[in-house]
Amino acid sequence: MLRFLVRRTLGAVVILFLLSMVTFVLFFGVPRDPALLMCGKTCNADAIANIHHVLGLDKSIPEQYLIFLHNLVMGSDSFAQGPCPAPCFGYSYHSNEPVWDTLIDRLPTTVSLTIGSAVFFLVIGIGAGLVAAWRRGTVVDKVATAGAMVISGMQIYFLGPLALALLVYQTHWFDKPAYNDFTANPLTWFSGLLIPWVILSTIFAAQYTRMARSSMIEQLQEDHVRTARAKGMSRRYVFFRYAWRGSLIPIVTIFGIDLGSLLGGAIITEWTFGLPGLGQLSVQSVFFSDLPLLLGVMLFAAAMILLFNIIVDAAYAFIDPRVRLS
Amino acid sequence: MTSPIDIEGGGTSVVVDGEAGPSAKAETVQLEGRSPGRLMWMRFKRDRTGVISACVVIFFFAIGLLAPLISKLYGKDPYTVYADERPELFDSAGVPVQPNGGISGEFWFGLEPGNGYDVFTKLLFGIRTSLMISLAVTVTVVLTGILLGVAAGYLGGRTDFAIGRVIDFLLAFPAQLFFIASMPVVVSLFVSPRDETPTYVRVLALIIVQWFLGWMSLARILRGTSLALREREFIEAARVSGASSWRIIRKEILPNVVTPLLVQATYLLPSFVTAEAGLSFLGVGIVEPTPDWGQMFSKASTELVMQNDITYMFFPGISMIIFIVAFNLLGDSVRDAFDPKTAR
Repeated sequence: MLRFLVRRTLGAVVILFLLSMVTFVLFFGVPRDPALLMCGKTCNADAIANIHHVLGLDKSIPEQYLIFLHNLVMGSDSFAQGPCPAPCFGYSYHSNEPVWDTLIDRLPTTVSLTIGSAVFFLVIGIGAGLVAAWRRGTVVDKVATAGAMVISGMQIYFLGPLALALLVYQTHWFDKPAYNDFTANPLTWFSGLLIPWVILSTIFAAQYTRMARSSMIEQLQEDHVRTARAKGMSRRYVFFRYAWRGSLIPIVTIFGIDLGSLLGGAIITEWTFGLPGLGQLSVQSVFFSDLPLLLGVMLFAAAMILLFNIIVDAAYAFIDPRVRLS
Repeated sequence: MTSPIDIEGGGTSVVVDGEAGPSAKAETVQLEGRSPGRLMWMRFKRDRTGVISACVVIFFFAIGLLAPLISKLYGKDPYTVYADERPELFDSAGVPVQPNGGISGEFWFGLEPGNGYDVFTKLLFGIRTSLMISLAVTVTVVLTGILLGVAAGYLGGRTDFAIGRVIDFLLAFPAQLFFIASMPVVVSLFVSPRDETPTYVRVLALIIVQWFLGWMSLARILRGTSLALREREFIEAARVSGASSWRIIRKEILPNVVTPLLVQATYLLPSFVTAEAGLSFLGVGIVEPTPDWGQMFSKASTELVMQNDITYMFFPGISMIIFIVAFNLLGDSVRDAFDPKTAR
């Protein structure tokens, strides 16, 4: 187990390193000059050269990248805005705040959104899938399957504005979704995020319903399940103890992938509902050509994906004793 | 084609179909070999959901293809700003005066709040833009997937290892974030940031960006298939008889990966449609005045529309749901037709 974790973590670090290199070259090596955006209308060659020098853009790309890596690991005091302890992604071009602080600042929103909706979509999605598999072929099954099919064709950028229009703008039943600090007042935290949770988890739940149903049905046809039924175990016991356990693997796989990508920022959801999380931050930094911030969000999101990949693979060993980690 | 399925084809189809009727008897009598393609088509024709969803999908592609013709017959285009041309149709905020978003005999789907574009033609042309981009992405992804997947699977060894690592690496990319972040980068490769970006550059950038992170899943599947095929006798026979690798790939492997290829492509295309729409929704894809499915969603999420005219949202919304659901059902049916053993 320990060897597995060490090996996978090292692999993830290598991938992150390569990814930082590729994205760095992509963002900084392309003729898209952030200085042009920053110096505004009264712009001349001197002003641009000055901004280049302040931002360190007058050095060559490999040199800039080495400085970036050095700052990331060791921290740096050479920024005009102030000291920047490790992990230092530099300062945002737009807000002049340290990138790392901004990420940490935005993280609670994204985490709240992710955890809340994960609870919703796991319970509703898997629950509906199990019921459909239990009552296979009945009306309940057909309704659940058809509903999941239709919902899986919906997109957040349709459902989100629709919910906002109906519940907020037309009827005024809810306030506009917002992120309120959980520690300050759990109640406003809950009510502010309720609509985003429900919308996001509706979209996700459909996928889980379909998967839970199909993998349960597959499991129920397995030989060991049939044997258990044949020797007189109750349907309920076999369903929950035998088939359920076997059908966990695909569900856990997808759940890990979803959780990893959501924690890197649910971009469209946060953008639709105006929630100040990592996803919204990334779109804003694209519009402002805020390269250090963009690089920071990118690496953070990739780290989340890799982290949850490792967690999922480790979880296989707990779910299925036949799986050996190597 | 030297596929082993060929030989099994004629005999087993009756059993595989699992539908013993009067026609089944006739088929057992005449033991004529049928190609896997014909068998698949026969099974597909019998699947009512599949046929209906195929019709819906064809309908959408026809709309996209014929959009200029339809709008000519209808007498309007998606670029006319009716807020300027016909100001009497709008109130001071730019919302259509008539109820339900200004739906009337003249404007079938109403008028867009704000600029007052005609929604019907805008939707037609929007579907056209979206489908065109997604089709282009699918084609490039399929070509890349075949090239790298079959190469990795058939050649094996170092090639396989190298391609496998590249796939692992690209799978770690946060896809959506990478799309929005690299759109301006790719655009600025073609035009200077001070100039206006022409639409075709945006389209090209959308295709490049989605292709870059789109081909891995297909390549992985094709790698697995060709890896399994490599060990089969008919490939070995071809190799013994002195066929070159290129010939074996072309004549023996490729015809046998058509099945997973077609199934995957039908699953990939709708995902490209929604991804492209997502980018345009965020404002980094296609922008006004070029009509685009996703860009209509971004218009629909403005306060003006949510406050005053929710009718507008339903046209892009419902049409996309129908399209995606039909395409997904079609994908399931294609898979079932090719491989009747997999249970839903």
